[in-house]
Amino acid sequence: MKKNTARKLPIAATLRYTLLSFMAFMALAPVYVMVSGSFKTQKQFLDSPLSPPSGFNLGGYKSAWSDSFPTWLLNSFLIVTFSVILTLALASLAAWGFARFPFKGKESLLAIIVSLMVVPPVVLLIPLFKLGVTLSLISTLQIVVFIYMALMLPFSIYMLTNYFKSIPESIIESASIDGASTFQIFRIIVLPLSGAPIATLAVVNLLWAWNELLLALVFLQSNEKKTLMVGLTGFQSRYSLDIPTVMAGMSLATLPLVVAYLFGQRYFISGLTAGSTKGE
Amino acid sequence: MTSLLRPKLSGGNSNRRSALPSREALYWIAPACAVIIFIFGYSIVNLITQSLRYDGDWVGFENFSIVISDPLFLVALRHNLFLLSAVPILVLIAFILAITLFETRRGMRFYRSAVFLPYILPIPVVAVIFGQIYQLNGVLNTFLSSIGLDFLIQDWLGDPDIALGTMGSVIIWKEVGFGVILMLAHLISLPTETYEAAKLDGAGFWRTHFVITRPAIKSTLIFYAVIESITMVSWVFNYVYVMSNGLGGPGNATMVSELYIYRMAFQNNAPELAAAASVFLFAITLILLVAFFKIQRRSISKTFRS
Repeated sequence: MKKNTARKLPIAATLRYTLLSFMAFMALAPVYVMVSGSFKTQKQFLDSPLSPPSGFNLGGYKSAWSDSFPTWLLNSFLIVTFSVILTLALASLAAWGFARFPFKGKESLLAIIVSLMVVPPVVLLIPLFKLGVTLSLISTLQIVVFIYMALMLPFSIYMLTNYFKSIPESIIESASIDGASTFQIFRIIVLPLSGAPIATLAVVNLLWAWNELLLALVFLQSNEKKTLMVGLTGFQSRYSLDIPTVMAGMSLATLPLVVAYLFGQRYFISGLTAGSTKGE
Repeated sequence: MTSLLRPKLSGGNSNRRSALPSREALYWIAPACAVIIFIFGYSIVNLITQSLRYDGDWVGFENFSIVISDPLFLVALRHNLFLLSAVPILVLIAFILAITLFETRRGMRFYRSAVFLPYILPIPVVAVIFGQIYQLNGVLNTFLSSIGLDFLIQDWLGDPDIALGTMGSVIIWKEVGFGVILMLAHLISLPTETYEAAKLDGAGFWRTHFVITRPAIKSTLIFYAVIESITMVSWVFNYVYVMSNGLGGPGNATMVSELYIYRMAFQNNAPELAAAASVFLFAITLILLVAFFKIQRRSISKTFRS
């Protein structure tokens, strides 16, 4: 088929690669502007934003890092780690409950949980902020972890339930004949079989929590508690005359994601497509 | 999503098991449900009661009528509607890219990664980079003048007439990769015989894909369109907040409903009005979701009939 296409339609192939190259350029150019800009001086950036940097000027990185950057990075790291791990734990328990036991109203309950996936976060903002004030939890990492968990749970439960249902009944039957309890079956059989979907969820949730801005902006007001995204949002106005520092901060914030993406690309793609297909 | 609304009762439902009391299921699902009910249940109930009160007093639908007659809220909604109208463009670009990638062998992985990269970037980062690109003395205008296209130079973010369109282009830039990945995954899973037959019949590239591929991956196209519609109506806060420094400017040119709610609640100190606006926004999102299930169910029953 490949040979056929190449021989018969050189024009079509040329058009295809032209389109793809154009799109790749469009996608990569802004990233290039960010990374190359982080190594330039302010003057170089303004004079020729598109030319490659003349040298590796690390001044931008130094001033970005000496700001509160490390604190924000740590906060983001803590929030993402705790919220993702707790979400995966609770979601896998719940998904096993949904996949394993029939009970009245199960389908409706699942449907409600899934429809929560589309509730706009801004809708939750006002009531939760009031609650946070009452419980004096504003500017604490705990409340953000807790809210992120609630927002990540619906998709996680949905995906894992679909996966657990696909585990062959015969495996589970044989274990329960051997006298294994439901929990033992879950721990010894189901979880080890579910490495791939759990890794997928970990990557998807990690990305979401790392990038979330609105809730973090409202709930984390003191500078020592800000996440990277909240901190960086303020960066732009504070360093409006120092673009290399802004670009260096942005590059540093993006790096963990690119690393996570490169290592987890497979999981990542399967996680994103899981919502649109029927969980095969 | 269909399987979820009408799941097959298979899997762990042998007769012996169905005799189990539902109480055991409760132990498993209770922790997650507690978190969900606490956050969502509490918020939604609280939001609705707050939208019906003012300073603790019951005022009926007064907050709603104030919000709906606020010109700024209507402007914000109109801007969301404008962004919503970009969804067909977004779906079309993603579809064309997906089929082009699907037909490509050499370098496919590189191009796929390149097109997908914007989707994993944090929105604040994207917004800041594009803020620099779209400045009046920014990267884009410098580039345009260096290749002799001076007449295309615009104040991309400063001109109220085009600022929202500029914002839309950034959202498209970031979101298109998601659609490409979704569609490509579906295309790869299709049986190849369909294409072989079309190719033998001498059908060209466009004909093959618009006649055969488009209906074959219709469910994914609809799914993507709905996700993006919901994004445009209720998840564009991050872009607007960062690119306009939290103001929705120039003037109110990029004011959207989320920013309106945020500013009502935290800057104008009117949480009741913000709550009423939130209820409106939530209702619109629900309508979009219901529309999605209606369309999807109809397209499925059509597939079965034919």
